[in-house]
Amino acid sequence: MAFKAKIKVTLRPSILDVQGKAAQHALENLGYSSVESIRIGKYMEVTIGEESRADAERVCREICQKLLSNPIMEDFSFELEPVN
Amino acid sequence: MADVTVGIVVFPGSNCDHDTEYAVASFPGTRPVMLWHNDHDLKGCDAVILPGGFSYGDYLRCGSIARFSPIMREVIDFAGKERPVLGICNGFQVLVECGLLEGALIRNAGRKFVSRQTTISVVNNRTIFTDKYAAGDVLRVPVAHGEGNYYASPETIESLEANGQVVFRYTDAAGNATEEANFNGSMNNIAGIVNRQGNVLGLMPHPERASEELLGSSDGRRVFESLFAHLAGA
Repeated sequence: MAFKAKIKVTLRPSILDVQGKAAQHALENLGYSSVESIRIGKYMEVTIGEESRADAERVCREICQKLLSNPIMEDFSFELEPVN
Repeated sequence: MADVTVGIVVFPGSNCDHDTEYAVASFPGTRPVMLWHNDHDLKGCDAVILPGGFSYGDYLRCGSIARFSPIMREVIDFAGKERPVLGICNGFQVLVECGLLEGALIRNAGRKFVSRQTTISVVNNRTIFTDKYAAGDVLRVPVAHGEGNYYASPETIESLEANGQVVFRYTDAAGNATEEANFNGSMNNIAGIVNRQGNVLGLMPHPERASEELLGSSDGRRVFESLFAHLAGA
């Protein structure tokens, strides 16, 4: 049994996202004046070979906290789905 | 008297390791020792330097993969015994990722990678890395980074300031911490900090690239001089 974790890591709201700002300016130049803001984050797919959803969730939370995000500047969220 | 030995950690992607080796070797009685990231052994070094570069290609976040390399377990242990650890540029990023120093280094506020000479001021000269300077000395030391914007929670910034942990600030040539001098957007113009115990220093500017006049400045030399004098006397 395995689960696919779809993980999103985003900069915390208090952190200036210069990459998002640059993309927003580019869209402004393209005439999309209704685009008010962009925040750019990371999307990761991780396959976790655990028997139960609870175990997969525990592992996923751990790897997000330990390595995949930096809690000082980022937040993370994830969804798990079973894979065959 | 036995030589002072200084370990320089080489990660895949380090690119200031040999500049640092050269700067260290230029001090009589001091011997650089290269330490490979996969080693578990600090080879009896008296101090450890994490050099600049792009360890592990800056993948995921700068310094985030390097912090889990085998040698870092030894470095964290070494730092825990209040032995000296100096992180320069990417080395500073590794130190904040592994929690030896507080805060984080995020993308420069101006978005650009900045590679040029800067001026920084010595805020705290009562550390083992800066006691050959006078407080307020203005140094010409180059930077080369894209993620050097120092960020921490307001509470952390307050405690760093109150405890004298801010060691270097980006300033103009007169020593004023202006907005123009703060080219990467760091909170409180912070260019370098020490831990509470004072044995771990991280800074974004490159003192090893300002270690002799031929390089355009020798203002960074006293960082090494301070540390090595401390080690020789210890």
